[in-house]
Amino acid sequence: MTASLTLVVLMAVLFGAGISVMLERSLTRVLIGFLLVGNAVNILIYLMSGAPGLAPILSPGVDETEISDPLPQAFVLTAIVINLGITAFMLALIYRSWWLARLGPKGDLVDDETELVEDAEEAADLIRSSAADDAAIQSIIDASDEEFDFDEELEREASSRDDLDTRPPSSGATRSPDEGANR
Amino acid sequence: MTASLVPLVVLLPLLGAATTLVLGRHRRAQIAVAVGVLTAVTAIAAVLLVMVDTTGPAVVYVGGWDAPWGITLVVDRLSAIMLLISAIMLVVVLVYSVGQGIADQHRETPVSIFHPSYLILSAGVFNAFIAGDLFNLYVGFEILLAASYVLLTLGGTGERIRAGVTYIITSLVSSLFFLSAIALIYGATGTANIAQLSVRLAELPDDVQLILHLLLLMAFGIKAAVFPLSFWLPDSYPTAPAPVTAVFAGLLTKVGVYSIIRTETSIFSASDLSGLFLVIGGLTMLIGILGALTQADIKRLLSFTLVSHIGYMIFGIGLASVLGLTATIYYVVHHITVQTTLFLTTGLIERFGGATSINRLAGLLKASPLLAVLFFIPALNLGGIPPFSGFLGKVGLFVAGAQGTAADAPSGPAWLIWVVIAAGAATSLVTLYALTRFWNMAFWRRRDELEGYESVLLESVLEAPEGVTVTATRTTPVLMIVATATLVIVTVSLTVFAGPLFDLAGRAAEGLGDPSIYVSLVFPGGVQ
Repeated sequence: MTASLTLVVLMAVLFGAGISVMLERSLTRVLIGFLLVGNAVNILIYLMSGAPGLAPILSPGVDETEISDPLPQAFVLTAIVINLGITAFMLALIYRSWWLARLGPKGDLVDDETELVEDAEEAADLIRSSAADDAAIQSIIDASDEEFDFDEELEREASSRDDLDTRPPSSGATRSPDEGANR
Repeated sequence: MTASLVPLVVLLPLLGAATTLVLGRHRRAQIAVAVGVLTAVTAIAAVLLVMVDTTGPAVVYVGGWDAPWGITLVVDRLSAIMLLISAIMLVVVLVYSVGQGIADQHRETPVSIFHPSYLILSAGVFNAFIAGDLFNLYVGFEILLAASYVLLTLGGTGERIRAGVTYIITSLVSSLFFLSAIALIYGATGTANIAQLSVRLAELPDDVQLILHLLLLMAFGIKAAVFPLSFWLPDSYPTAPAPVTAVFAGLLTKVGVYSIIRTETSIFSASDLSGLFLVIGGLTMLIGILGALTQADIKRLLSFTLVSHIGYMIFGIGLASVLGLTATIYYVVHHITVQTTLFLTTGLIERFGGATSINRLAGLLKASPLLAVLFFIPALNLGGIPPFSGFLGKVGLFVAGAQGTAADAPSGPAWLIWVVIAAGAATSLVTLYALTRFWNMAFWRRRDELEGYESVLLESVLEAPEGVTVTATRTTPVLMIVATATLVIVTVSLTVFAGPLFDLAGRAAEGLGDPSIYVSLVFPGGVQ
């Protein structure tokens, strides 16, 4: 049986690198190690099919001894598909364990009470901000009653818009100030 | 006729899995499909067993490709026995999980994922049992492992993810071993067909055979949880939902044991590792059961006894005699049933007592006599008390061992066999001790003997003597109890029908005893 030296060296390097990465604690590295070793095994299967030859299709004029062994190629294809599926699952698992590690076991539980408190705080912020809006509008109306100066009015409008922009985000980032004013 | 039934045992669960996945939103339809499919497979497996036993093994060349090139499916008596017993377990555990799912509003088993994964797991298990070539066996393993990853991490809680990571990485490593072994065996022989391997491997030099043999056993040993490779099991099984643990404990390790039996009898029939098997078998028994002694949690305790009792099967395989294999096959059937039953009962104990640790359980006998019976019978069975199948299986193994020590026996030195028999007897006693300890604490002990026990009723009366007492009861679904009781009846019937079963196992073992029978099945015209 003849085998390509390049492939043998590549396989050895993949095995070595893969196993050493697999021994690390981090799950992501374990997955990378698994991928490397998986590919090393695929190359091993391929190496076992012997010397490379013609495409394994029997057609007139092709000598049966010239073609390469198709069975290991089928094995490798199957193994690749299986590895793909496992990798997808491992990625989901890694993401999940990262999520749990960052947020703890309560990561995806929203406590009813804290939600209520947060809601109440948000509502209070909203009322406060709408009161500020009302005050700003009132001051504009007052000013326009006293004397109408177009330039000054523009300036005032600009400054009140700045107020809106610099308002702390606690008033609810998704709600526009208009909505708040309407309540 | 027989042959046309064979592919159905894999096809039906796979199609069922696809259907249940589509039916994700319709719970009832999903349950109906899953239960229907597995019941059909059970019926097919029963028919197959009868046909195979009467008219001889069935061989299917999938797609009409002849043996060494295409995929071959072989159902001999051993495969048929394994198919039938695992199909029965899968149906009963599915019914149990349906009962649990309805009761818990699917908190434990998110139903849209559970049923497809469960059916794919079944397909993988069945595929492994009927595989006629090594690569197809690998595919069967991968199917069942991928499904088991999903089932073990069901719900994705922190505990399950942690347990799942151990299990998944161990399984991945064993799969890589398996695939490398297949590659090297293919390189050495140019085939992956088990029948052809049985002929060609015998022609290889002894040292090459030994390396390939050990590499393959390494892969199967991890899956079967044989002693030095069993560390992962007690850490990963107990956290899964009760029905999942029951199926894993009953079936997955036995797929590994089945593969080891095939390896020893059909694939590497020329390479003899009996001595190694005897040593490993003895160590697996002793180390496993010593681990069980220190456990307070019943789920962990049972996981350790599971590892420990794999040792008996390894011992039986190591005897390498027809009688040894007969007893091993009977023991495998017994162990699948009893271990599944015990884990299902543990699920019931968890519901009734609210815990699985002996430090927190007490007074269960009074609370539920039925549960006590459901636990007591399989516990005695596992411990090897006479009328039950555990006793019969062990006696069978010990008798086979004693015959193995007779003159010109092929299986290792006589003193070693006697030592392992002694270890087996000791393991049986210690199993009994561990389980009766749990029984005494959880069932016999009065509730007020519990440390830090506070009577809820007494307190509420003291607090509000005039108040109206409201008691909340949590009912245990009838389906769960029916499923568990059915399995207990199956374990008992293993004793009642022990005679015919031993005969059947004997015929299966005879078929395995001579590898040329298997070869002539797949290659009626002889191997080239």
